[in-house]
Amino acid sequence: MKALKISRKTAKFAVARLMSPVSTIGAAKFGPLSLVNESAPTMPNAEGWHRIQPRLTGICGSDLSLVEGHASTYFDDWVSFPFVPGHEVVADCDDGRRVVLEPVLGHACRGLPLPFEGAAPGDGDDYAHLVGGHLEPGIQTGFCTSTGGGWATELIAHDSQLHEVPDSMSDEQAVLVEPAAGGIHAALATWPAVQAAIQRGETPIVAVLGAGSMGLCAIAGLRRYVPQVRIIVGARYPHQQAFARSLGADVVVPAAELARAVRRESGGHIVGDYLSGGCHATIDAVGSSDSIMDCLKFTRPRGRVVLLGMPAVVSLDLTGLWHRETALIGAYTYGTESMPDGTKRHTFDLAIETAADCQLNRLVSATYRLDDYQNALAHAAGAGRRGAVKIVFDLRASDARNKKETN
Amino acid sequence: MPRPGFVLEVDKSTPPILFWRGENFSLEKLPAGRSRVIYAPEPLPAIEDVDGAIRHALLNPIEQDPLPEQLFPGMKLTIAFDDVSLPLPKMQRPDIRQRVIEAVLDMAAEAGVDDVHIISALALHRRMTEAELRHAVGDRVYDAFAPRGTLYQHDAEDPENLSYLGTTPHGEDVEINKRAAESDLLVYVNINLVAMDGGWKSTATGLSSYKSLRHHHNPETMIHSRSFMDQHRSELHKSNWRMGKVLLDSGVKVFQIETTLNTDTFPSPFGFLAKREWEWKPSDRMTFLASTKALNRTPTRLARKIFHSIEAPHQMTSVQAGDVEAVHRITTEHVYKQQLVEVKGQTDILTLGIPYISPYNVHSILNPILVMCMGLGYYFNMYKGMPLVREGGVIIMTHPTQPDFHPVHHPSYIDFFEQVLADTTDPKVMSQKWEKQYAEDEWYKHLYRTTYAYHGVHPFYMWYWGSHALQHCSRIIIVGGDPKTVRRLGFVPASTMDDALEIASDVVGRAPTITHLHAPPLMVADVS
Repeated sequence: MKALKISRKTAKFAVARLMSPVSTIGAAKFGPLSLVNESAPTMPNAEGWHRIQPRLTGICGSDLSLVEGHASTYFDDWVSFPFVPGHEVVADCDDGRRVVLEPVLGHACRGLPLPFEGAAPGDGDDYAHLVGGHLEPGIQTGFCTSTGGGWATELIAHDSQLHEVPDSMSDEQAVLVEPAAGGIHAALATWPAVQAAIQRGETPIVAVLGAGSMGLCAIAGLRRYVPQVRIIVGARYPHQQAFARSLGADVVVPAAELARAVRRESGGHIVGDYLSGGCHATIDAVGSSDSIMDCLKFTRPRGRVVLLGMPAVVSLDLTGLWHRETALIGAYTYGTESMPDGTKRHTFDLAIETAADCQLNRLVSATYRLDDYQNALAHAAGAGRRGAVKIVFDLRASDARNKKETN
Repeated sequence: MPRPGFVLEVDKSTPPILFWRGENFSLEKLPAGRSRVIYAPEPLPAIEDVDGAIRHALLNPIEQDPLPEQLFPGMKLTIAFDDVSLPLPKMQRPDIRQRVIEAVLDMAAEAGVDDVHIISALALHRRMTEAELRHAVGDRVYDAFAPRGTLYQHDAEDPENLSYLGTTPHGEDVEINKRAAESDLLVYVNINLVAMDGGWKSTATGLSSYKSLRHHHNPETMIHSRSFMDQHRSELHKSNWRMGKVLLDSGVKVFQIETTLNTDTFPSPFGFLAKREWEWKPSDRMTFLASTKALNRTPTRLARKIFHSIEAPHQMTSVQAGDVEAVHRITTEHVYKQQLVEVKGQTDILTLGIPYISPYNVHSILNPILVMCMGLGYYFNMYKGMPLVREGGVIIMTHPTQPDFHPVHHPSYIDFFEQVLADTTDPKVMSQKWEKQYAEDEWYKHLYRTTYAYHGVHPFYMWYWGSHALQHCSRIIIVGGDPKTVRRLGFVPASTMDDALEIASDVVGRAPTITHLHAPPLMVADVS
């Protein structure tokens, strides 16, 4: 099979890190990523495993940070090298189904007991299983040497990870299901602050900073599943602003103007760099030092900042967080959600509905062949300024797939 | 003998014309045979004995008793004065307000009046700093009154200190400063820089609140003021005069003191700015070249500081006191005598060099909204009869128009730029959709009352100021402005004057007639 593979070569990570500010193509070319032809992953000796052939696989910000050598060393012990990236996958399963991949490598696929009946792969409050069972360590497919990843013509996946795609859903919609699930998870994570506002008789205000694919999916999630909120979005580029509006944002401003826009909506004063009040909750879909600091500044005391964008090492003055008793929480992935009406839903089910109803296929801006990965990664790294949102690999016409189908 | 204003018909021998560009200037060659330049009259001679003239005016007022006869022990006397928004640039010390206030206080002291309050009539403008107050009223007055709390600034958001006096027949609310309304005599000390200043505008606007101001600071009034400088055709003027009648009927007794200044605007190093270009001497050319080259290399912040430190050698040309309306009639004559220039007919294009200063950015930044106000609100309206540019014509302004705002002075301007102008540039739409929110914003009120911020609604007023020009012209072009900012204003950016004329040709053809208003110094074109 053909695959893009990341190896644990410290020098190559260093080169990628050095080159990425100048050239993503250079980072891809000389960094830890390489295009290889090799055998498909071996199936574990366990029930429920399938071979799947990706049709489309997205390029995520977390993938890019790996390729560019910016990922945190936190992951060193939670992943296993070498691995094939790619976790936003719509694929053909060996049993004939068209599926989207829920990439978390949870208890079920590792042959471990579920934390509770009906648990999704992302559920459970002890992450020991991520480095145990009959797979090598890996938080999800795309970071585990055992399973392969979506940037390849083939990988393996467990029944617990697979969701059949309705016939009415296009591949382009389906490839957005995973990011949509992440956005919806973040949107639902604002609920405690939103609920408190509603109980006080206030109109809940949620700000979203950043309108790349994750920010846009969070906006869609808020509008669909936390419909009471007034959504204010800071988006850097005009096409992002237009998407934000079309997905249900009430107010959309350039990212640099978000703090003042929040004040205009929420009232209160600006005291120094902080709002005296602010929005009830904020979703940071950027994940940089600056973005987190900004969110802390315009989220009201005892409000909630949901960190959706994957950060690395950041530098923050947390005095304001301490003084304002702000909750700063992460929103990594998906699982079983507690909905505002008290019911339980699986995030991926919500995401499949959302991807179809919101026609998230419009966020797919360009598709590339796997061979053309350097240009694809460069496009993804510069998506905003190039008027794009989601860049994907299109593997439907790949040589390996054709060869297999011919055979 | 000063020369009157002058209209130069541009021919091939005409040198390039000076255009202001914020904190810099440029020379622009205007097309020969179809361009004209309007120069202000030269400064009129100053009154030599200023203090004597002031005393004479107070002792021989128009249609009122002499001031000493209106003063008595135990009375409440309030002296209100024009704020930092004029004159422009600030005048060299002693400021004329200081000299008038000192004369009034001398007479009050002689009459045994000891309940005297001095109030800066700033309406919804920003509060003046101590240095600015000292400059306006002088150290002696400041030190005698400010520490005792009897020299202070009008607060249009202090309901405890406002008096509601009723409505005009047009239903306009009249609310002014309580101390002024309840005084036995209100002495108003004015500087009349342009024809729309003074008269009932001093009290009915300067000492009023949003509740009153909204009745004439709105798009409807502004569109129907043709122009602000022509009292008989100004709805703004008429509304203020109606409110003045309510003041009179409510028993508010006003002793109006109005002064006029000549147009001696720039001190000697910058003298070339007021000269006619063909009369520039080699030293003027050298100064121009040295200034522009130096300013090109000077950080904007420093350049602003340099320009705002300029103190104008303005001199007083008249002072009259007494009845508000009678005084103002004479004042207006003096203003016209200094500023009126006869001009025949309109042109397709009006060009304006926008300087670094306006009434609303003293010691501050001429932000994009104020650029608009300066060009379309002030310069466009410097006419009697009809505008210098024909209906459907084009205005070309030169200014850097950067998205720079003074965060202390103009906080609501930032939001106005980011929120309101992103939504609409139509004065009527914004007045209905957004004005109330800004006028009632508690943070803006807090900043207006406790810091040095213009009131939250002020950027709307600045935009309304240009309502008539927006309606009258088919295109507004800014040469040298930041393109993104210029577009946010709803205007068209151009990199050079030639580009601007090319852009304008879509609307006015390839051989348009052009008028350049060579201001400052200020002038009013009497267009027939």
